[in-house]
Amino acid sequence: MSVRNHASRHDTDVAIIGGGLVGMSLAYGLLHQGKTVTVFDEGDQALRASRGNFGLVWVQGKGDTCPDYARLTRLSARLWPGLASELRQDTGIDIELQQNGGLYVCLDQASLQQRADMLARMQQDAGGDYPYEVLTAEQARQKEPALGPTIAGATWSPMDGHLNPLLLFRALHQAFARRGGRLINGQPVEHIRPLPDGFDIRLPGACLSAGKVVLAAGLGNKTLAPPLGLHAPVEPNRGQVLITERLKPFIHYPTGHVRQTGEGTVQLGDSKEDVGLDTGTTAEELGKIAARAIRMYPVLEKVRLIRAWGALRVMTPDGYPIYQQSDRYPGAYVVTCHSGVTLGAAHAGPLVDWLLGKDTEISLEAFSADRFPL
Amino acid sequence: MQTDSPFNRLETASAATVTIEIDGQPFTAREGDSVAAALLAAGAIPSRTTPVSASPRAPYCMMGVCFECLVEVDGLANVQGCMVQVSEGMRVRRQNGARALTQGDVHEAV
Repeated sequence: MSVRNHASRHDTDVAIIGGGLVGMSLAYGLLHQGKTVTVFDEGDQALRASRGNFGLVWVQGKGDTCPDYARLTRLSARLWPGLASELRQDTGIDIELQQNGGLYVCLDQASLQQRADMLARMQQDAGGDYPYEVLTAEQARQKEPALGPTIAGATWSPMDGHLNPLLLFRALHQAFARRGGRLINGQPVEHIRPLPDGFDIRLPGACLSAGKVVLAAGLGNKTLAPPLGLHAPVEPNRGQVLITERLKPFIHYPTGHVRQTGEGTVQLGDSKEDVGLDTGTTAEELGKIAARAIRMYPVLEKVRLIRAWGALRVMTPDGYPIYQQSDRYPGAYVVTCHSGVTLGAAHAGPLVDWLLGKDTEISLEAFSADRFPL
Repeated sequence: MQTDSPFNRLETASAATVTIEIDGQPFTAREGDSVAAALLAAGAIPSRTTPVSASPRAPYCMMGVCFECLVEVDGLANVQGCMVQVSEGMRVRRQNGARALTQGDVHEAV
């Protein structure tokens, strides 16, 4: 196999290991900067967080213990309309991005107070520039009439939104192919060997050389990182999701637990389970999700569910991303995070500048894996 | 009910019949028919329009997979017609667009 071109000594300027939302967002941005990009995607045995997630472009509450993460999240949210419109121009696919604000519904007064305190702290950390409101149950129902009589209230942020993650995934892949990206899938990367001025990527039936290599393999980064002098202590965290039959639009804003998609299905979710690499579902957890959703939106009690799944999130010990270049093998990077949807636009923009050694509009030092013990 | 359907029945099925309503019109279906089969036999196609584009649809896979045969059965919307057998007096309605939740429970946001 050879994809050598005239511009580079290597088969490809950048090799990205992992063809999920993180890898493809980076790949798309790199193609925009004129680089040749090869994405290595393992195949259907991979644990694909990108195909099971909730689809929120979410800001409120993110980075409450890490102002750099709060800034990065907000930057990405601001960059999303531009990326969505580029993807539509490239592919004709509307990823159903809506950024009209979002609600976080609280079922008891204590959790509402806790959230209000957290958002007040975040607003202070941001020098006041952090718009949100704490809504009583009545105020929340004025915004979202389907909310039920027993909720305690909600927090509201105009910064939040959502999109269709499967359409995003398809649009990124389609735009990548159209812009000349090369995808090699169906087999795992066996070995990444540092060269004096690049890397050899070895697969069962092939070997390619790359100028730079980016590990964007989600949970796979844990084992891919150490041989390249990198550290990615990521663990799986399962989330189960329920999907209802299609309904006329009646939910106007996404919440952390319930959202209505552009097609009319309602997606219910947000369980957090430590169950290793098990992507299954359990009646107990799905029952809890459904019961909570019915308390939030009582009208859902009459609605049928048609599908459920479990997906594994990628979690670092503190929940924040890892962005790091290897000291031992410069040109090798790890990029891994929990929020591949929210951060997608930052990954396609500022993160690509960072990979290419350019100035970025944000500081990424806080995201070094050096913050974790080896 | 209209009966000039492009679908023909095999002559092997039971001859017993039940009477159902399709959009308020009586129709004689065969015992054991699925609602989707009865709709095809009645020529009641398209049997729904989609929530997103309002394009016409009709029963397709006949085995619970494609969701193209969604209809209202005895007042309940979004029923997969291929997964339900006809019964005497059953009221079937073709379904346009998405199911609305009960009127009165939900109002437009201001």
